[in-house]
Amino acid sequence: MLEGQFRNPSGCAVAAMISTKGRTFSGEDIIKSIAVMHDRSNGLGGGFAGYGIYPEYKDYYAFHVFYTDSIAKKQCEEFIETYYDIVNLSKVPTRQIKEITDAPLIWRYFVTPLKTKLDAAQLSEEEYVIRSVFKINTQIDGAYIFSSGKNMGVFKAVGFPEDVGRFYMLENYEGYSFTAHGRYPTNTPGWWGGAHPFSLLDLSVVHNGEISSYDANRRAMEMYGYKCTLQTDTEVITYILDYLTRRKGLTLEESAGVIAAPFWETIARMPKDQRDKETYLRNVFSSQLITGPFSIIVGFKDGLMALNDRLKLRSMVIAEKDDMKFIASEESAIRRICKDATNVYYPKGGEPVIIRLEKGVQ
Amino acid sequence: MVTIDCLDKDYKEVCDLVRSSQDSDIKLKNVVGQRYIAAGIGGKNIKIEGVPGNALGAYMDGSNIEVMASVQDAVGDTMNEGKIIVHGSSGDATGYAMRGGKIYINGDAGYRTGIHMKAYKEKFPVIIIGGKVGSFLGEYMAGGILVVLNLAGNKDIVGNFTGVGMHGGKIFLRAKEITSPLPPQVKCEDASEEDLKELETYLVEYAKDFNLNEKNIMDEHFFVLKPNSANPYKRLYTAN
Repeated sequence: MLEGQFRNPSGCAVAAMISTKGRTFSGEDIIKSIAVMHDRSNGLGGGFAGYGIYPEYKDYYAFHVFYTDSIAKKQCEEFIETYYDIVNLSKVPTRQIKEITDAPLIWRYFVTPLKTKLDAAQLSEEEYVIRSVFKINTQIDGAYIFSSGKNMGVFKAVGFPEDVGRFYMLENYEGYSFTAHGRYPTNTPGWWGGAHPFSLLDLSVVHNGEISSYDANRRAMEMYGYKCTLQTDTEVITYILDYLTRRKGLTLEESAGVIAAPFWETIARMPKDQRDKETYLRNVFSSQLITGPFSIIVGFKDGLMALNDRLKLRSMVIAEKDDMKFIASEESAIRRICKDATNVYYPKGGEPVIIRLEKGVQ
Repeated sequence: MVTIDCLDKDYKEVCDLVRSSQDSDIKLKNVVGQRYIAAGIGGKNIKIEGVPGNALGAYMDGSNIEVMASVQDAVGDTMNEGKIIVHGSSGDATGYAMRGGKIYINGDAGYRTGIHMKAYKEKFPVIIIGGKVGSFLGEYMAGGILVVLNLAGNKDIVGNFTGVGMHGGKIFLRAKEITSPLPPQVKCEDASEEDLKELETYLVEYAKDFNLNEKNIMDEHFFVLKPNSANPYKRLYTAN
């Protein structure tokens, strides 16, 4: 809570809920939760990520794609057909409502890489998929893959989040984990691709804040092949986390120590082992340090991570009830869907809160 | 007392109903995140059930609020007069730039509690937190009293950067020792008898509000934090 929130009566909103037992529930409650924070958004972006929503195609990558026109669609489908086996394709079901206008064409493909092409590429399957996503997003004009994970999907649009949820009929999806975002863009355009969540493979990020280090982070990530195409700072957080966790093999805790690194002053007071580790992370991954105010919720296959910037310039609350865990910018958003949630907790700046599915839950 | 059901009402509707109420005693039930409740107003006694939204009692000018649950961010922002009692905890920036009145929290408070608090003539703001607080407690504080009681006995009563840039007022910490680092701009001493006497008046009231035993609260060591007169920042401020 500093400049952004004082100067400006609003700010983005984030929310998430997960059953640690992997029990599935509909997307209806996450819409109710984010809707409480309506006034933190201004109608220029809303979105959701749902995990466990495609059990019948759980072994296939689900590409969600925006097209500005049918030419883009044709080009993109040609590309996908060349490199992937498409087991199912359809329009993403939507409901026409007056609050959501200027919708692009929104299509969904369940795909698996063609074995011969994958072998020839000599890449891991995940790297192969990521490269395809970047290729389409940078080279095919008017086509954006905004969701590319397995058994998960991102649904986003320009509008208030509760309207976006109704537009995508989120109540018809059953998942074990959902994240949500209401957007109040301050520095960048409000357009469909720029709505949150930002996703790559099964990793998704919703973010409230503004990254002062965006350009430094972007340049660093572009050296590793991540192309920032969506004109919004949050995109780079997704790529940083993919880079740190998947490519570099860091744990989420360690990754949090990179992007919201403790101050040197704080590191100096740590016990030796921890001090050495934090010093190492700050030195090696200095280009991945994110400065400026942020509160983010990271969705991944096995759970959720909530993280604030180290100065805690944005709000974040965690609570629980039985196997359900809730995260939101405001406690009221949790109370709206779970009146008697307990263990309300406000994470410290830079303190990651990681919620995982229980062991053995698939 | 008039009761207003806030379920499915947006903040504007709730605030208008509070403002225009002929009855000065108001109960708000099913509150869920409505902002700016009682902002800028005086003369009302408001009881709140549910979690109110940000900026509860901002610029408030003499009303009394009692919240049975927790509150969110920026409670009593730039409040001028009145009192806010919270039975749960409080979010970030509690009592930001507060210049008068009282905020009593039963539980914890978040980051930046009482930053930019100030006092002037008869205006003297007081914030008492029953639990612990986050970093930046009383940053740039210029007047009034901030008290952290840590009744649950947590190890770290405050976070980092307590009282950074402080140049007036007092921060009381109820603890045997302070484990968090304090910046050079504040001077930390054992509270003197005079300090404790000043504090006691407020703690008696606090204990009564939350039905606590006042003796148990006072019966512990208190530190007092004041601006360091050898403060290297001193020259940054105009002498007056």
